[in-house]
Amino acid sequence: MRGLEKHYGRVHALRGVDLDIAEGEFFALLGPNGAGKTTLISLLAGLARASAGSAEIMGFDVTREYRRARRALGVVPQELVYDPFFTVRETLVFQSGYYGLRDNRAWIDELLANLGLADKADAYTRVLSGGMKRRLLVAQALVHKPPVIVLDEPTAGVDVELRQSLWAFIRRLNQQGHTILLTTHYLEEAETLCERVAMLKEGRVVALDRTADLLRGAAERHLLLDIGQQPLPEFLRARLKGMEDGRHVLDLPDFSELETILAGLRAAGIGVRDLALREVDLEDVFLKVMRGGRA
Amino acid sequence: MTGFMTLLRKEILRFWKVLLQTIAAPVLTALLYLLIFSHVLEAHVQVYPGVSYTAFLMPGLIMMSMMQNAFANSSSSLIQSKITGNIVFVLLPPLSYLEFFLAYLVAALARGFAVGVGVLLVGVFFADIEMRHPGWVLAFALASGTVFACIGILAGIWADKFDHLAGVQNFVIMPLTFLSGVFYSIHSLPAFWQSVSHFNPVFYMIDGFRYGFFGQGDVDPWLGMAVVLPFALLLAVATLMMLRSGYKLRH
Ligand SMILES: Nc1ncnc2c1ncn2[C@@H]1O[C@H](COP(=O)(O)OP(=O)(O)OP(=O)(O)O)[C@@H](O)[C@H]1O
Ligand SMILES: [Mg+2]
Repeated sequence: MRGLEKHYGRVHALRGVDLDIAEGEFFALLGPNGAGKTTLISLLAGLARASAGSAEIMGFDVTREYRRARRALGVVPQELVYDPFFTVRETLVFQSGYYGLRDNRAWIDELLANLGLADKADAYTRVLSGGMKRRLLVAQALVHKPPVIVLDEPTAGVDVELRQSLWAFIRRLNQQGHTILLTTHYLEEAETLCERVAMLKEGRVVALDRTADLLRGAAERHLLLDIGQQPLPEFLRARLKGMEDGRHVLDLPDFSELETILAGLRAAGIGVRDLALREVDLEDVFLKVMRGGRA
Repeated sequence: MTGFMTLLRKEILRFWKVLLQTIAAPVLTALLYLLIFSHVLEAHVQVYPGVSYTAFLMPGLIMMSMMQNAFANSSSSLIQSKITGNIVFVLLPPLSYLEFFLAYLVAALARGFAVGVGVLLVGVFFADIEMRHPGWVLAFALASGTVFACIGILAGIWADKFDHLAGVQNFVIMPLTFLSGVFYSIHSLPAFWQSVSHFNPVFYMIDGFRYGFFGQGDVDPWLGMAVVLPFALLLAVATLMMLRSGYKLRH
């Protein structure tokens, strides 16, 4: 993606996005509501046209070579959409046909099995539960085995067990070489699954790095210290970040300092009632970035 | 090709699955018109020599049903898909706008023809109907069906809600079809309305179609086709251009 911009009337939804996602990557696109994630995906999928800039999928320009670009792309839309006139299997057979696939039964059966929809194959889509409709959308996006798979909040409303099996399935596809682009508000999903993360805010990329580096770069570790009503000794004041449930939240960038702190407390005669360590997770990094800090 | 065939199959199945609403109901409506008008007017009106009023009425009713249902099919399918959002299923795949157009066009024609044949089959119980020039019947059916299928696609894409569509239906489609000589020959109208009718393309569609049955009409079928065919082509091109522009489909 190069300099992608999108105006919706007076709304400036994307303000120049440059992003390269390598083949075979598992990539997360994060950002608060309205940041422009879905807009970005719509531009890739040809559902909307860029006001400026360009995008390519597997080397195919999404407007000039739209047929080949779309064939290379599978999109799970964010909205829970379905066609109530048809059954699950009919939906998938039609979707295959739109991609020029006449006999796709074996792969459709595999998709149904992997997504826990096998026993609903002949049910009308209107009687599916919300989570099942979501899974059908995933299956629809995969009918043509696209090399690039885009999932716009695929786990919203999906139960825990299926979320796990869905991710196992997507992970397997990724290992087979499919490129995955994912948006989600469950940051622990992005943290465990994705190699790289981009954070979007008001239509701009405000952070872009390997997930591990983002976490390390944040260099934050907190010590939660419960010393009851006793005052915090002078030598710890500089580390104090705030209070949480009556506990002092202290900065602890370096693990080895823990020893010194405990020794200092003992010397000051302060009894420790409870103590916990907290590692930063992607959520902390996310919140920090969104408040305007750097990752 | 597979893409087009699949979309066509889906569009045909869509109305076939609710046959009672999409085919049986309009046939019944036409039957009611037939019963009432022929009962009231049979004894009083004879438009063409040797043709009973009921027989005269039949082609007009068939054509009117075909046109209204061709319009209803493409417009309602599109607006439903847009409102429910499942239009993305056909926007995401690599279907060309030509495939998209042809699938919606042919499905609308199929629904129109199914209703038309239904009305014809019911009609033969009520009147002697002969088809002198099947070629003209088919040509006018195809050209007119195309016109209304295209208007349906245009309206379905333009409309943001069902109200908009009902507006087109009530203020464009209904007046055009009713005021086109379905129930009368324009020669029975005052001179002023006769000349007004000549500006209504639907008049030529009905008249040419009727000529195919009786071998007589208000105007020459070649003249009629010379009006209807360019009109159909013009609408088809306009529809294709709208689809290509992505208007209201691809923001
Ligand atoms: N079709 C549209 N017409 C007008 N404005 C739109 C349209 N689609 C999106 N927007 C606006 O563009 C901005 C970005 O929206 P977008 O849907 O891309 O956000 P998002 O990051 O996907 O948010 P969420 O997490 O809620 O899904 C918002 O201000 C939204 O109101
Ligand atoms: Mg979104």
